[in-house]
Amino acid sequence: MENGSIASTLVFFFLAAVMVVSSILAVTTKKILRAATYLLFVLFATAGLYFYLNYSFLGAVQMTVYAGGIIVLYVFSIFLTSTDEEKNQPIRSHRRWLGFIAAAAGTLLCVYLFQASPWGEVYYRAPEELPMKAIGNALMSADKFGYILPFEALSILLLACIIGGILIARKRQ
Amino acid sequence: MANIPMTYYLVLSTILFFAGIYGFITRRNLLAMLISVELILNATDINFAVFNRFLFPEHMEGLFFALFSIAISAAETAIAIAIIINIYRNLKHIEAQKLNELNDLK
Repeated sequence: MENGSIASTLVFFFLAAVMVVSSILAVTTKKILRAATYLLFVLFATAGLYFYLNYSFLGAVQMTVYAGGIIVLYVFSIFLTSTDEEKNQPIRSHRRWLGFIAAAAGTLLCVYLFQASPWGEVYYRAPEELPMKAIGNALMSADKFGYILPFEALSILLLACIIGGILIARKRQ
Repeated sequence: MANIPMTYYLVLSTILFFAGIYGFITRRNLLAMLISVELILNATDINFAVFNRFLFPEHMEGLFFALFSIAISAAETAIAIAIIINIYRNLKHIEAQKLNELNDLK
C-alpha cells in the first residue's frame, strides 16, 4: 500500500514535469517543427494523465485523435508552409514581456484562488475504472443522461468540416 | 493517485493554459499560434476530466465534455490548417502581422 502510493505519486509528478517542461518549450522554441514535437509530448502526457485517472477511453481518444491525427496534420502543414525567412525574425521584446507578464499574473491569480478554494482537501475517491458499457450506453441513448443529440450534431459538424476543408484548400484554376 | 489533492491537477492545467496564452501573444507564425491554441484547449480538457473525476465520480458529464471538445478541436484544426495553406498559397508566408496583405489580392 505504502509502496504503491509512492509509485503513483511519482507517476503523477513525472507526467506533470513532462507536461510543464514540454508546454513551455513548445511556446518558446524558435523552430516550429520542434514546437509541434513538444506539443506531441504534452498531448501524450495528457493521455497518460487520463489513464492515470482511470479514464481509459478518454486517454485512448486523446492518443488517437490528438496525438495521432492532429499532430500529423500539423507536421504536414508545417512542411507545406515552411519558409527560410521566418527563422531569423526575432520576437519583439516588448511583446514577449507583455505575454510573460500576462501569463505570470494569470498563473499567480489562479494559484491564489485555488489555495483559497476548498479543493485542496478533495482527494480521488473512485478507484474503479469507468465501465466502457456505461460510456457507450450514455453516448447512444436519448434518455435524460443521454448524449445522442450532441453526438449527431458533432457528426454533422465533422462532415461540414470535411467539405469546408476541401473547398478552402483546393487549388483554383 | 489517492494522496494527491485536486489542486495539483488544477495548477498543472493552469500552467498549460497560460503557456498557451503566452505563445498566442508572442508568436507571429499562424501555425505556432494554432499550436498555442491547442495547448489551451488541452488544458480545459484536463480540467473537465479532473472536475468530473474528483467532485462527481458517479456522473459522466465532464468525460463527455472532454470527448466532444477533443472532436471539435480536431475539426477546428482541420479548417484552420486549410485556411492557413490557402493563405500561404496566396501570400507565400504565414506571418500574422502581415496578413492585411490579403486586402491587396484581387
